[in-house]
Amino acid sequence: MQKSLKIDPNKCTGCLQCEMACATKHHGTFTISRSRIKVFSFEAEGRKVPYTCTQCDEAWCLHACPVEAIRKDARTGAKYVKDDLCVGCKVCTIACPFGTVNYVAATGKVQKCDLCGGDQPACAQACPTGAITYVDADWTGLDRMRQWAGKTDTNPAAV
Amino acid sequence: MTWTQKILRVNLTTGEIRTEPLNMAWAHQFLGQRGLATKYLVEEIDPTLDPLSPANKLIIATGPLTGTAAATGGRWSVITKGPLTGAIACSNSGGFFGAELKFAGWDMVILEGRAEKPVYLLIENEVATLLDASHLWGRTVWETEETLKHHHQDPQMRVASIGRAGENQVLFAAIVNDLHRAAGRSGVGAVMGSKNLKAIAVRGTVTDAYRPADPEGFAKAVADAKAVLAANGVTGQGLPTYGTQVLMNVINEVGALPTRNHRDIQFEGANAISGEAMHEKRPTDGKANLVTNAACFGCTIACGRISKLDPGHFTVKDKPQYHGCSGGVEYEAAWALGAANGVSDLEALTYVNFLCNEQGMDPITLGATIGAAMELYDLGILTKEEAGLELPTGSVEAMVKLSELCAAGEGFGRIIGLGSRRLCAKYGRPDLSMSVKGQEFPAYDGRGLQGMALEYATSNRGACHVRGYMVSPEVLGIPMKMDPCTTEGKAPMLKTFQDLTAVVDSAGICLFTTFAWGGPDIQSMIQPALGGDWSLDRLMELGERVWNLERRFNLAAGLTGKDDTLPPRLLNEPAKAGPMKGRVAELGKMLPEYYEVRGWTAEGVPTAATVQRLGL
Repeated sequence: MQKSLKIDPNKCTGCLQCEMACATKHHGTFTISRSRIKVFSFEAEGRKVPYTCTQCDEAWCLHACPVEAIRKDARTGAKYVKDDLCVGCKVCTIACPFGTVNYVAATGKVQKCDLCGGDQPACAQACPTGAITYVDADWTGLDRMRQWAGKTDTNPAAV
Repeated sequence: MTWTQKILRVNLTTGEIRTEPLNMAWAHQFLGQRGLATKYLVEEIDPTLDPLSPANKLIIATGPLTGTAAATGGRWSVITKGPLTGAIACSNSGGFFGAELKFAGWDMVILEGRAEKPVYLLIENEVATLLDASHLWGRTVWETEETLKHHHQDPQMRVASIGRAGENQVLFAAIVNDLHRAAGRSGVGAVMGSKNLKAIAVRGTVTDAYRPADPEGFAKAVADAKAVLAANGVTGQGLPTYGTQVLMNVINEVGALPTRNHRDIQFEGANAISGEAMHEKRPTDGKANLVTNAACFGCTIACGRISKLDPGHFTVKDKPQYHGCSGGVEYEAAWALGAANGVSDLEALTYVNFLCNEQGMDPITLGATIGAAMELYDLGILTKEEAGLELPTGSVEAMVKLSELCAAGEGFGRIIGLGSRRLCAKYGRPDLSMSVKGQEFPAYDGRGLQGMALEYATSNRGACHVRGYMVSPEVLGIPMKMDPCTTEGKAPMLKTFQDLTAVVDSAGICLFTTFAWGGPDIQSMIQPALGGDWSLDRLMELGERVWNLERRFNLAAGLTGKDDTLPPRLLNEPAKAGPMKGRVAELGKMLPEYYEVRGWTAEGVPTAATVQRLGL
């Protein structure tokens, strides 16, 4: 079953445990500049928003890559970068409308979220508040549907 | 291991910047941050020097768990000789600056001398540069951070800076990072200002500066420890929901909330300025003061308050710069600016808290000093002519006005900027300064909580609540309930707490974790992070070593056992009402026993045997 990262910014406190988990998983370091998920802080509004690749089905990055270094994992649906093919041309970073593919100067390649190969992604595992969860890809809106369903008044006569 | 093993040494007088290897023998003796930086300071400065002279040094220090996934692993400290007290100053902050410094590859930055003109220090990984800050001088912390990020086109840069209070050398000026996180106490911002250093901006992308000795063991220990925090009522529920403000009503009910410059011990307005009140809708605009909670780097507790003012409130009516969200009041700030002055206007407290963040001031000392000024005014000692305004106890307008004057360094605000000890001495009533070693009390009354009284009297940086936190056993029952009224057993318990606190502060994590974590939880992370042998016994001895090192610095600086005392009000004026009615702080019963369990002489000096045992 394909699964998706589901992000609820209202639950995010901005602790960056997700960024550290991502950097640790892929680079063995806590340095959050290497994370593929990024928490943005909008100070004046008091909002924190974790943001990462949406794994678009018709992925702009994948289509734009001239050397076919970005591939689709048929099992997980993740678009991942084949490091040995990537030439660091950065066309994918231009093609991605969300900015979630990023060039890494230290390696000369791009990096993006690969859903940690489909296991429980490290960011979701590390999140202490449930702001990042890993859910059935066919039902990413289930919680919100349930919430609104709960507000539906099915018995107006009883009020 | 999770030290980067590198120190950045910056001489502001000559402009010379050097890299040094970390003294690993000291790191094994003092761990990091508070302990290790104190060791460096003690070895490098004359303890009798003037804290605001160029000879004083300012050490910015991280711990071995700073910048790791350990929950709350974002702490960093500023160590220097404090201008408010003349004692050792170690001021601790959260936010994201400390972790970023570590990412850049540095355990510590040692700042020496004084720059001729205002400068700021830019650290980009291994490269550090001193740059002209003339255009930033006079600017607020908020403006400085924005200007630097914009100028260097790096929104991910982290900045620690001083506001006008630090520039004007207000003796309780803070260093503020990430807009509303502060190394708040003891006036470390004044030392930074005296060095003509406006800001430190840092960006770290080094990926191999440090790694845990046992990465898998560390990851497991971190996950287990996170679960302990989540399952605990205080760290899992109370602090995320109400922040430290969860304490306002609790401490008031216990009868230990100092009010009106400690004249009273309960505050009728406590509920109006409590954590609960921050959640309630305001009658004026129908919105709550609190918008959300927020975490520091790596913190799974998230006690930080993000507040939004009523834009129609008199304090901010025509000042749109304060209409957005920013750091709201925590318990100590709400108490100092509120109860200590008899003020119960939550919006006004929040505004002054914004001001303290923006201009870099310690709200505890600010509020307590205003409280003392108000009492002097009530007694007719301080007149309207001298102060430039009427300041009766309980006046919201006076509290706000004095805070603004202090931040701006104008009028009577200059006198407020000296702190309560100097203020009260100036008007011939030194007894009215509610301070120890020149630093004002935080939000617990020593007549109500005997252990806290002993903690205040013996704290190395002056009156302080985060050098032991006896509120845990005396009010919250952590790790076990102790009767707050009794003096029995308080001395040995305090020693254990003080030593453990020194370990926590030296490791790079937050004291609030100790509501849930015991020594073994902390040890379980330090061990795989550093490798080698880090038993709990060794860590507790390390904490004791840090405490004694600080003590010896203070003794060399001219403080003595006579400074381990409390204001006469706490010792002689019984509490007037509430559950603690009739009680005074019984320091005399506890202090000799404390000296004994510490292995100190009757005069409070570590004995030769103690010094030798700790390898000092």
